[in-house]
Amino acid sequence: MIHVVKRKEMPFAQAMAIRFGIIAIALTVCGVITALTTGLNPIAVYGTMIQGSFGSPRKVWILLQEVALLLCVSLALTPAFRMKFWNLGGEGQVLAGGLASAACMILLGDKVPNAVLILLMFVTSLAAGALWAAIPAFFKAKFNTNETLFTLMMNYVATQLVAFFVIVWENPKGSGTVGIINQSSEAGWLPVIAGNKYMLIVILVALLTAGMYVYLNYSKQGYELSVVGESPSTARYVGIKVSGVIVRTLIISGAICGFAGMLLVGGSAHTLTTSIAAGRGFTAVMVAWLAKFNPAVMVGSSFLLEFMGYGAGEIATTYGLNQSFGDILTGIILFFIIGTEFFITYRIVFSHKERGVVEE
Amino acid sequence: MHGKQPAVSLRNISKSFGPIQANNDVSLDIYRGEVLALLGENGSGKTTLMNMLSGIYYPDTGQILMDGKPVSIGSPKDAFDHGVGMIHQHFKLVNVFTATENIVLGLKDEGGFDLKAAAAKVKKICDDYGFDVDPNQKVYDMSVSQKQTVEIVKLLYRGAEILILDEPTAVLTPQETDKLFAVLRNMRDDGKTIVIITHKLTEVKELSDRVVVLRKGEYVGEMVTAEATTQEMTNMMVGRQVTLNIDRPDPEMKYRMERIRVKNLTIKNREGVTKLDNVSFSAYTGEILGIAGISGSGQKELLEAIAGLQTVESGSIEYNVDNEQVEQLIGMDPLKIAGMGVVLSFVPEDRLGMGLVGSMDLTDNMMLRSFRNGLSPLTDRKEPRHLAELVVDELEVNTPGVDTPVSKLSGGNVQKVLVGREIAAAPTVLLSAYAVRGLDVNSSYLIYDLLNRQKGNGVAVIYVGEDLDVLLELCDRILVLCGGKVSGIVDGRTTTKNEVGLMMTKLGGGEER
Repeated sequence: MIHVVKRKEMPFAQAMAIRFGIIAIALTVCGVITALTTGLNPIAVYGTMIQGSFGSPRKVWILLQEVALLLCVSLALTPAFRMKFWNLGGEGQVLAGGLASAACMILLGDKVPNAVLILLMFVTSLAAGALWAAIPAFFKAKFNTNETLFTLMMNYVATQLVAFFVIVWENPKGSGTVGIINQSSEAGWLPVIAGNKYMLIVILVALLTAGMYVYLNYSKQGYELSVVGESPSTARYVGIKVSGVIVRTLIISGAICGFAGMLLVGGSAHTLTTSIAAGRGFTAVMVAWLAKFNPAVMVGSSFLLEFMGYGAGEIATTYGLNQSFGDILTGIILFFIIGTEFFITYRIVFSHKERGVVEE
Repeated sequence: MHGKQPAVSLRNISKSFGPIQANNDVSLDIYRGEVLALLGENGSGKTTLMNMLSGIYYPDTGQILMDGKPVSIGSPKDAFDHGVGMIHQHFKLVNVFTATENIVLGLKDEGGFDLKAAAAKVKKICDDYGFDVDPNQKVYDMSVSQKQTVEIVKLLYRGAEILILDEPTAVLTPQETDKLFAVLRNMRDDGKTIVIITHKLTEVKELSDRVVVLRKGEYVGEMVTAEATTQEMTNMMVGRQVTLNIDRPDPEMKYRMERIRVKNLTIKNREGVTKLDNVSFSAYTGEILGIAGISGSGQKELLEAIAGLQTVESGSIEYNVDNEQVEQLIGMDPLKIAGMGVVLSFVPEDRLGMGLVGSMDLTDNMMLRSFRNGLSPLTDRKEPRHLAELVVDELEVNTPGVDTPVSKLSGGNVQKVLVGREIAAAPTVLLSAYAVRGLDVNSSYLIYDLLNRQKGNGVAVIYVGEDLDVLLELCDRILVLCGGKVSGIVDGRTTTKNEVGLMMTKLGGGEER
């Protein structure tokens, strides 16, 4: 018979050693599968993956920007997750923020000074993202609706709303897109600092990471939301207004998603499409979980996911493989990482049934 | 008796859960036709050990022998096949089914079900042993003691020869306990083997033939009950000499004043069921007011109403600041109550679910009530950390440090952390619900001592308890609840266990039905 037995607490160093060991095993398994299914040299494939991300300074900067954008959405979801409010509406909240930014750029682009415009974009995107998250939060707090379904459905509403405005602001007419907004005037484009158009986003998200870390671990509000997440009745017992904390936290969560939307529209894409969030709202869920909701660790987990994504794209083009092959490798690695947690918490014991004696 | 072959032998059984060693190298024998008491403090591994015999857990190491032959019990069904059945503290019955339906549930007889025949068989078992249960009664209509009876009949119906009962009297009144003991004796005389898990010495004395003592997961010894004294058993259970008397200093009459006045309080729960019905009483400074009652008689609602956590249907709860100023507590939440300058401490029944946050460390739990202090948006952990260290020190909390999550501590230590925090606020009113539930003898006495010290400081202490012996020894006055109504308020110094027991089951006490 097989029994699953909980382990004694494992020292942190040992647990980390196991985690890195597992990643090495995962890479080996990926290599074997690559060699068996494609006949390619796995080492060369890994080399190509690294090339895809680090091949040139431009590639490095693009990777960093993408990591920053994914991290931004992940940071947004984290306070909600710490409160055990499963906000799966990151996608919609990012879209809402992006929509607000685009609206400012298109409608006010040549009417107000650029600094005022960017300030307006900032305010309206945060407000739009916050609103998109506050609606399900309100219903959760008031009527205990299921936040997972509610936030998920808000995504579709946001997508349709964006689709509608893309048609309204179609440019040029008949293209079905809004094109690059304010291409000539660059009104509402976030400033390029130090001659590097990726730098600003990276810096802003780095600051946000530090801020979120402090907010969650050292602020009174961060403490309150942890108490609400762990035990709503304890929160009530000490006089914390649970519904108020839920709405407040989701306003923060949604506002940061809206901020990510503004970074996307005003900072990198300079356009608005229904797919501008590009699944980050969902990938961010994985980033946050892999890091166990620790903002510092999330830097690593968002990097891992983006690196795998770019690497997968690179091997697809270099070797003429299907893009899905990269996804398979990503899947295998994640499977190993998540599986590790089980073996860090439990161990497996085999016993011989006939004799009634247990041996390890 | 010991010349015979044991019905069950446990040999060198060990079991651990993560870092906690629940049982370590335990060996004991159970003989046919005896009542064996498995005695030990909470957390001494009694239930875990018996769970291994009944197939809930599987031992890490060691061996179980039945009639001398090694067996492997991997599931409750395996246990049944060997004639072993266990009645857990939480009953496993389907509410909308009748007694008989629950009893035959899960049995795989050939052909169709014959519920009539089954009911007749149930009736016969009941008559044989003197159980008081109607085979056709629905479970939701039953009292706790009747549900327990159904569980016992369920095992007998399946032909169990060895019955294990886990703390069977925890939910019973004294009268129901007597009835249970009578049928258990009948069963023993019929040749059944009974193991009761308990930490109450009076029960061991009254019912068992032999007693095996466990301490900290290990076997420490066994005695023939008739030849042992209560004191000997306690010493063996605790591991050293203990005194069994609870202090009860006389209240300081000079400063005595009415602190909390509850008038005509009625509370309904969400489903509209009346939980408290027109309850009125007063709590005075410098006394311990006990609240007795069968669990679920409205104790929880009463305390939560005073603490500002319960919506109230009607009535009033007044707090006397001094003889002139009176504050109404109804309609207030805990924050508003504190804002009025009323320091009201509350040790709730559900320690980790309500009083503390299990995943947070001692420091963070200490600041649950005080984290708002100061204007800074950031928390100050220096004070709470200091308080945590103080509580660990003074109450001898057994913890690796103040950075350990409280859920990793044992029940007694969790309670010390909670009580320590609540008392540190220097309250004027201290509400406590089942403050010693699950605590070992030492920790229990420490808690009684702390409550007495609060009483000495002039605090109005309200103590909801379940152990009548303790209520009678500790409290100055005892309010008895019965079905949400006040059955009476008696003097703790003059009342008897029997009187309180009768009042718990019937308004105003009186003769038993």
